[in-house]
Amino acid sequence: MNLIHSIEQEQVKKDIVKFAPGDTVRVHVKVVEGGRERIQIFEGVVIRRRGGGLSETFTVRRVSYGVGVERTFPMHTPKIERIEVLRRGRVRRARLYYLRGLRGKAARIQDKR
Amino acid sequence: MPKGILGKKIGMTQIFTDQGIAIPVTVIEAGPCLVVQTKTPGKDGYSAIQIGFGDKRERLFTKPLKGQFTKAGVRPLRYLRELRVADPEAYKVGQEIKADIFTAGEKVDVVGTTKGKGFAGGIKRHGFHRGPMAHGSKYHRRPGSLGAKGPARVFKGRKLPGHLGAERVTVQNLEVVIVDADRNMLAVKGAVPGPKGGLVLVKPSTKSRED
Repeated sequence: MNLIHSIEQEQVKKDIVKFAPGDTVRVHVKVVEGGRERIQIFEGVVIRRRGGGLSETFTVRRVSYGVGVERTFPMHTPKIERIEVLRRGRVRRARLYYLRGLRGKAARIQDKR
Repeated sequence: MPKGILGKKIGMTQIFTDQGIAIPVTVIEAGPCLVVQTKTPGKDGYSAIQIGFGDKRERLFTKPLKGQFTKAGVRPLRYLRELRVADPEAYKVGQEIKADIFTAGEKVDVVGTTKGKGFAGGIKRHGFHRGPMAHGSKYHRRPGSLGAKGPARVFKGRKLPGHLGAERVTVQNLEVVIVDADRNMLAVKGAVPGPKGGLVLVKPSTKSRED
């Protein structure tokens, strides 16, 4: 068990900002396009964090041109350059799946005070 | 030179490549193994080396077994296995085999003993389909027909319920992802038979062998 733990610890990023479901984040993702690497930004609401340790993932939801887009990122993937927290939201559950059924004003999340 | 190493399955995890792809790996505590005996055609009629791995409390060894280790001049080891090699003279008794006999990127075969499942039905054991569970069906997980009426017997090899698991299985062509001889660790891509803590044998892949 220890051996696995040490392998995982080597890869775990220690500088990840704290964020929780309901927060609006900006994820800076590295994309390789035609041999060139650039940063793509994916901004939206965190609707889920699951797993722990190295295998932890989080899902960000955004509505773009009226279409809901959800992307799940492994927390410790080297593809993520950094994560910015834009707003901290006040929510009462850990998995915000109910947002999928809501649009517009109803899908807003109150700011945490 | 054919080679191999005994190890203990530690468990599975994942590793990110530089491209950000997570690859599932099995971590194996590989070695250090000691050569306990060499078998030569002149002496034993075939050529092989006997390697040992793992510790066990001293008093649990029987006297005859302990004698084997005393003769070889090595400390008593829990597991002893033979590896067929073409050139047993290349190995010395007492020689240590460590994880660095492999390099990252190499293909290996891993031999292990699968988890025992006990007496299992046809569905678990052979992947039979099940019958409907409701709507008055009384045919749920039974093996079904055993064959035609004509022969008036069941042909040999008919798949039926019975003992499943706890057998020797080789998984071929797994890629070595990490080699760390200092920590006696190997990580291979994919799953490996057996429970955590189970004995596994890692050897070069038969499929990528040159000879």
